Amino acid sequence: MSDKKWMPRWFYQLASPRWCYQICGKLLPWFTALALGLLIGGTIWALVFAPADYQQGNSFRIIYLHVPSAILAQSCYMLMAIAGAIGLIWKMKVADMVAKSCAPIGASLAVLALLTGAIWGKPTWGSWWVWDARLTSMLILFFLYLGVMALNSAIESESTAAQATAVLALVGLVNIPIIKYSVEWWNTLHQPATFKLTEKPAMPVEMWLPLLVMVIGFYAFFAVTLMMRLRNEILRRERRAGWVKELLLSKSAV
Amino acid sequence: MSFNSISEFLTMGGHGLYVWLSYGLGLVVILANLIVPLQAGKRLRVQLTRRLLREKQGS
Repeated sequence: MSDKKWMPRWFYQLASPRWCYQICGKLLPWFTALALGLLIGGTIWALVFAPADYQQGNSFRIIYLHVPSAILAQSCYMLMAIAGAIGLIWKMKVADMVAKSCAPIGASLAVLALLTGAIWGKPTWGSWWVWDARLTSMLILFFLYLGVMALNSAIESESTAAQATAVLALVGLVNIPIIKYSVEWWNTLHQPATFKLTEKPAMPVEMWLPLLVMVIGFYAFFAVTLMMRLRNEILRRERRAGWVKELLLSKSAV
Repeated sequence: MSFNSISEFLTMGGHGLYVWLSYGLGLVVILANLIVPLQAGKRLRVQLTRRLLREKQGS
């Protein structure tokens, strides 16, 4: 036992569906409040108080949805691939369930990023769509999500489906750096990244601060919807476990 | 505040359609991601409970 002490206890608990179900239930109200506050506050800030761009005017305000949804669509993909890999390597059921729950959320966020991008492109570039590296790689991300979802539902056995989708998700991971560097490697209409870890943002603080609020708000919202889906998935997969039966019967009694 | 009147806010300097369409879509995506799992969870609980009660009666 002593040689395993360097691993924190919660890491092992994460592997327990029951523990995950309960901890998600406890965290959900907090994350819901956080997401609600940040998203409502951030939206009002973005729409009413942030200054208009001197070139793009008020269509610039689309950035406050476009950038967070694009960032989250990619973060969600990375989480899906990592969870899939953990499921593959350690046969952790909860990791498979996380990976499965990520796919529809990521797909919807990719759609939001693509659509807000198209709507923003019309007044700014004069076109809804261009076959540009950033836009194309983002479209591929959306198709990868659809592929993962289709593959998962096409395979009857839960564990085989999880393995197959994990492999697909891991292969598709090459697309993430392509999306990130597409604006630097190829000539593009798309503007470069707003937030970089090493530099200060090029925009003034009254513009990027609400954007930061929206990005954090989207992360909180992502946590909420992921935990909701994960809890459903745990109940469904663990329906034969004693604790699920007890839980369902205790709820039906009242 | 960067607007002087409500109508100025709504027209967004001629970009109203684009801005409001984007924010409408954002709202739809966020709400869908809450309502869909909530409904699915309710349906699942009802279904599992019903099956469980049936099994209990059968045995």
